[in-house]
Amino acid sequence: MDSAPDIEELIRKRTFAFPSPHLLSLSGLTRPDAEALLALADAFVGLNRRTEKKLSTLRGRTLVNLFFESSTRTQSSFELAAKRLGADTVNMSPRASSITKGETLIDTAVTLNAMKPDILVVRHSASGAAALLAQKVSCSVVNAGDGWHEHPTQALLDALTLNRALGKVEGLTISICGDVMHSRVARSNVGFLQLLGARVRLVGPPTLMPSGAEGWGCEVFHDLRKGIAGADVVMMLRLQMERMDGAFVPSTREYFRYWGLDAEALSHAAPGVRVMHPGPMNRGVEIDSGVADDPKVSLIQSQVEMGVAARMAVLASLAARLDNGTPVNG
Amino acid sequence: MAKLQPIAFVNARLVDPESGYDGPGALVVSDGVISDVARRPTYEGLSSEVRVIDCAGAMLAPGLVDLRVKTGEPGAEPKETLKSASRAAAAGGVTSIVIQPDTDPAIDDPAMVDFVLRRARDIDLVHVLAAGAATKGCLGERIAELGLMREAGAVYFTDADHSIADSRVLRRVLSYATGFGVAVAHRPADPYLSHGACATEGEMAARLGLPSTPAVAERIMLERDLALAEITGARLIVDQITTADALDSLNRAMDRGVKVCATASINHLHFNEIDIGDYRTFARLDPPLRAESDRQALIEGLLSGLVEVVTSAHTPAPAEDKRLPFAEAAPGGIGLETLLPALLALHHDRGAALPILMRAVTLAPARLIGLDAGRIAPGAVADLVLCHISAPVHIDAEKLLSKSKNSPFDGRRLQGQVLLTMVSGRIVHRAEP
Repeated sequence: MDSAPDIEELIRKRTFAFPSPHLLSLSGLTRPDAEALLALADAFVGLNRRTEKKLSTLRGRTLVNLFFESSTRTQSSFELAAKRLGADTVNMSPRASSITKGETLIDTAVTLNAMKPDILVVRHSASGAAALLAQKVSCSVVNAGDGWHEHPTQALLDALTLNRALGKVEGLTISICGDVMHSRVARSNVGFLQLLGARVRLVGPPTLMPSGAEGWGCEVFHDLRKGIAGADVVMMLRLQMERMDGAFVPSTREYFRYWGLDAEALSHAAPGVRVMHPGPMNRGVEIDSGVADDPKVSLIQSQVEMGVAARMAVLASLAARLDNGTPVNG
Repeated sequence: MAKLQPIAFVNARLVDPESGYDGPGALVVSDGVISDVARRPTYEGLSSEVRVIDCAGAMLAPGLVDLRVKTGEPGAEPKETLKSASRAAAAGGVTSIVIQPDTDPAIDDPAMVDFVLRRARDIDLVHVLAAGAATKGCLGERIAELGLMREAGAVYFTDADHSIADSRVLRRVLSYATGFGVAVAHRPADPYLSHGACATEGEMAARLGLPSTPAVAERIMLERDLALAEITGARLIVDQITTADALDSLNRAMDRGVKVCATASINHLHFNEIDIGDYRTFARLDPPLRAESDRQALIEGLLSGLVEVVTSAHTPAPAEDKRLPFAEAAPGGIGLETLLPALLALHHDRGAALPILMRAVTLAPARLIGLDAGRIAPGAVADLVLCHISAPVHIDAEKLLSKSKNSPFDGRRLQGQVLLTMVSGRIVHRAEP
C-alpha cells in the first residue's frame, strides 16, 4: 500500500490544468490529455482506498450538482468526489414535471450563476443541454449526461477500469452492445476508447442502432454472438425503457433471447473476457445475473469505484485551470 | 391619395425575369405603374417634374414576392405583427408577402382572411396577401371554406407546416380546390416518420444524439401527394422540397404532366446539416437541414427550373422559444431581410444568371398565385427593388426589423445591399447612405 505523503505527492505531480474551461464532451481531448487525465485518476484510486481520503485541492470552492434527470450513482459519485477534494457541494434536482423543462434550464442556470459556484455538474434529458448551459454561466460546466449525446465521465471511468483490470486499453477489442441509439454512454465511449487505441464494435438490433453509426469508425453487428466473437471486453448498455416512445423491440423476453448477455453468449468472446455495464442493470433483460455477479468476468463493481476517482481527476484538473485564473467565458 | 411625382431610374442594371434581360437600362414610374422602359442607360431631356434617381449601376429588378411568411398576428403578436413583418419585407426588397394561415386562431374562414387584408390596408406598406387554411384549424380533418376564403381574397390554400396524414382528406381538398382554380400547397413529410424529429437521420444526428427523421420521409409523402394531384387534376404546390430523392420524384411527375410547382426555402439552399453541429438552435428548422448532397441537388433543381419558387420561409420565434436545448427549441428562422442577399450568393458563388435567380422570387411565385407582379414592362405595377448586388453585408440579427431575431444567417457575411424598395410607385424603404 502506498504511504500517505507519496500518494498526495503523486497527485500533486500529476495534476494539470484542464485544456478547456468545461467538460462537455471527450471529443476535444488529445491522446496526451486523455492519458494525463487517466494517470491522475489512477492516483486518486489509491487515495480513495485509504482511511484518510480528504484533500484540500478544492477548498473554498463550491460545486453544484444540477440533475434534471434522476440519478443515484452519478450524482453521489460527483458529490463524494467533490467532498474528498474539500469542496462544498449542493445537490439540486429540479423536477422537470412541475415546470417547462427548457425554461427551468436557462432560468435555473442564471439563478445559480448569481450564487457564484465554481463548478456546475449538470444532467439533463436533452442533447446539447450542457453546452447550452456553458454559454450562459461563468463557472466550469461538467456534463454528467445530456440526452443521447454524451456522458464523458462515464467513458473516463470505463477506460480507467480497463487500465486497472487489463493494464491498458490500446489494442483491446471492445464490443458495446444493446441500445446504442439512445445511449450517451455509447457515444462517449466510442470516441474515447478509439482515441486510446481500442478497436470498438457496436452490437444491437437495427432498430436501436443509429443510422449513421457506420461512420463512427466501428464495425456494426446485429448479431450478439458474432458481435462479441473474440472480444476482450463486452460492454453492455441499459435498455432504456423510459426512453422508448414506441416499440423498438417487441418484448423484453424477446430482447433477452437475442441480445441478453448470459454465460452461453459470453462463451463466444475471447478467453479472459471482461464484462462491463454502466448501471443500473435490468437483470434478465440485457444481462443475466450469472454473468453480472461473476467476479471472474464482471468489472461492474469496479466501475463504480473508479467513477469516484475519475470524477476527482476531472474536478481537480478543472480547478487547476480555475486556479490559473483563466476566465471561463470571456 | 395625392398624385405621386413621376420618378425616373437611370443608369441601372435592369434585370427582367420575364424577358430574361440583364443589362443597362432606365425606366419611368408614374401613377404607381411603370410607364416606360428603356434598354439604355438614361433618357434624354426628361421633364423637370420627373424626379431622377441615379442607380449608379445597381440592379433594378421587380420587387420580391414571398409566398411563405409567418407572423404572430393574430394570437402571438410579441413574435411578429403584420406591421413588423411588412417593415422587414420593405427593408429586404420584398414587395408582396403571403401570410401563412397557421395563426391562433387559424386563417380558416373568410372573416379571418378579411381581417388580415384589412390590417394590411391600414399598415399600407407592402402588399400583404393571405393563404387560407386547407382544413379547419389546420388540423387535417375537415375541409375549410375554400370557396368563401377565395372570394375574400385568399391566394392559395395550405396547412403550412402540418402535413395532412389522411389521404382521403387531402384528396378532397385538392379536388374541391380545382373548382375554384386555386393551388393547394402541401408539406411533404411523412408525419409518423417525422414525429418528434429535429434533425435529418445520418452521421451528424447520430453523433449529436438528436431525434431524427430519414430523408425519405419527404419522398414518401411527395409520391402520395403527386399521385393525388394527378387523379384530381389539382394544382399542387410542393411546400419546401429539400431532398435529392424527392426532386427525382418531382421530375418524373412533371414529365407525366402533373400540375405541380415546387418551392424551396432559402435556408435549405444555403445551409446543410453541418450547421446544427454546435446545437445552434437558429439552425433548427422545419424541414430539418439536410445533407450537403441534398443541398447541391436543390441548387441544381433551382437552376434547371425544376424548382420554380424560392421563399424566405420567414418564421419568427422569440428568444425564449429558441434559447432551449436543440430538440426543445421552436423550429424556423426569420428571412425576409436576408432572402435577397442569400439568393445572390448563388450568383456570386455559382455564377447563376440574375434573371433566372430573380425569376424564382418574383415572376414565378406571382404567376403561381395569379398576382400581377414580377415584370418590368410598361403598364406593370411599379413594385421594384434597387440592390447593390456586390456590396458586402454582415448580418447582425439584432439589427433586423423583425420582432423576433432568430435569423439562421446571424453573423454571416453576404453580398447584396437593398438600396431602395418601391411598392406601387411609392418608396417604402431607402438604405442609409
